[in-house]
Amino acid sequence: MARKVLVLGEIRDGALRNVSFEALAAAKTIAEGGEIVGVLIGDSVSALNKELIYYGADRVVQVENEKLNQYTSDGFSQALLAVIEQENPEGLVLGHTSIGKDVSPRVAGKLSSGLISDVTAIEAAGGNIVFTRPIYSGKAFEKKIVTDGLIFATIRPNNIAPLKKDEGRSGEVTSLSVEIKDLRTIIKEVVRKATDGVDLSEAKVVVSGGRGVKSVEGFQPLKELAQVLGGAVGASRGACDADYCDYSLQIGQTGKVVTPDLYIACGISGAIQHLAGMSNSKVIVAINKDPEANIFKVADYGIVGDLFEVVPLLTEEFKKLKVHS
Amino acid sequence: MNIYVLLKRTFDTEEKITLSGGKINEDGVECIINPYDEFAIEEAIQVRDAHGGEVTVVSVGSEDSEKQLRTALAMGADKAALINIEDDVENGDQFTTAKILTEYLKDKGADLILAGNVAIDGGSGQVGPRVAGLLGIPYVTTITNLEIDGSNVTITRDVEGDSEVIETTLPLLVTAQQGLNEPRYPSLPGIMKAKKKPLEELELDDLDLEEEDVEAKTKTIEVYLPPKKEAGKVLSGDLGDQVKELVHLLHTEAKVI
Repeated sequence: MARKVLVLGEIRDGALRNVSFEALAAAKTIAEGGEIVGVLIGDSVSALNKELIYYGADRVVQVENEKLNQYTSDGFSQALLAVIEQENPEGLVLGHTSIGKDVSPRVAGKLSSGLISDVTAIEAAGGNIVFTRPIYSGKAFEKKIVTDGLIFATIRPNNIAPLKKDEGRSGEVTSLSVEIKDLRTIIKEVVRKATDGVDLSEAKVVVSGGRGVKSVEGFQPLKELAQVLGGAVGASRGACDADYCDYSLQIGQTGKVVTPDLYIACGISGAIQHLAGMSNSKVIVAINKDPEANIFKVADYGIVGDLFEVVPLLTEEFKKLKVHS
Repeated sequence: MNIYVLLKRTFDTEEKITLSGGKINEDGVECIINPYDEFAIEEAIQVRDAHGGEVTVVSVGSEDSEKQLRTALAMGADKAALINIEDDVENGDQFTTAKILTEYLKDKGADLILAGNVAIDGGSGQVGPRVAGLLGIPYVTTITNLEIDGSNVTITRDVEGDSEVIETTLPLLVTAQQGLNEPRYPSLPGIMKAKKKPLEELELDDLDLEEEDVEAKTKTIEVYLPPKKEAGKVLSGDLGDQVKELVHLLHTEAKVI
């Protein structure tokens, strides 16, 4: 059954996020041959519409309004609902990001539709679109289908492969004018804390520290390693509780769940709550002084040793590899 | 101030997940208040203590959720409501829960509604924003600080590691992120008092809802456990050589670098 599917192209620092390309690939599975319509919302977005088409959108609808220069729940839900009203789609896909998590439930509520959040895989099977998603922070998985109405999902970054970029593709771009009213929440200030703009949930490499890091300064070698690998820094609850770092870095059953290509756990014992947040990473490296540490049970590669010796050596070795390749 | 907290009973984070008959096995499992909802309860109590008013905790679930509601009362909430859907709803989803909570809340005149930003079992994080949308009030998700001055509210929220400072007004729904506060443990006198605090029990009928009004829009067709991860290679030898070997393995065997 061919379906028309909308995909919100999410913009961060003037560029489309990778997860939006992944969302286009998810939309292709849902569409089963139907049309994929990219949606761009912001104050000035037209520079990005081609990119959405290259990655799989058949056409793009843009909503531009100066009141949409920053994400707000009110502004973006009004804009997205207006596009939905115009297009009347059978499917809708967003990234499971701060924006996707915030706006999707509101839109689903307004449309009285279901919403399958935090999807890690998607397939067409037996006449249904089947979504796979982690539950209990990845201790188990469930497969879900939509039984009534719009097929609406948010997808977790880094899990669904984007389509190959094809600069030969072209498509129609239209603008929809939406009156944005009653913005009831106003952003006064944005404080940047994330390291070098590499977002933890989208990072391909995560270097994570636990109690073994011992201090705020102890995170410095981890940051250097993350930087060489173009990755992000994370932490265990132990490190956050000890005030070595901000709670926004916490990975685990409370905190963020990450699935990078490479997860390097430094001085982390591997409590079950932490494992829930990272054990579905593709490759796990553990560095810990204690050979009995639980983390070695889930690690693909382990080094028993002091992280303050191992991590700087590792950084140097990766630097060399970078120079050679 | 009229404050409501949305609470969900979840498995303890220590619990291993097992299956029985294709479903999550709940036998003998220790349950707790969803940890993010604990932040919401703590914040509600602090707001009440600073500004006056009353805190009501509400949960959609089964009889078993009474224990977690009593714990919230022992922490310091004033009243509780349990919307027991055990007999009416077999397979609900977030649409179901949000619809029920909205029916319960719609004539309560809540000034502030707090919830966890996500439950650690289902992990969808939908119910809070859905309820706010249905009630027609603004909402702010993943908050790490809340300041109320009259009806003006200043909030700090976590946005993927960065933070945003937001200004808004009551009535309002917020969802709690880690770092908002340190939830208190129930004190012994608190536990004694909690036994006498009012806990109202409701069913769909009491909210003028029929089963078909809350019928789920999605369905779980399979639950499975991830393949057990086998312990990998622990390297040995001189530390410098181990590091070299690791980088080599990541590059050529695992091919992630």
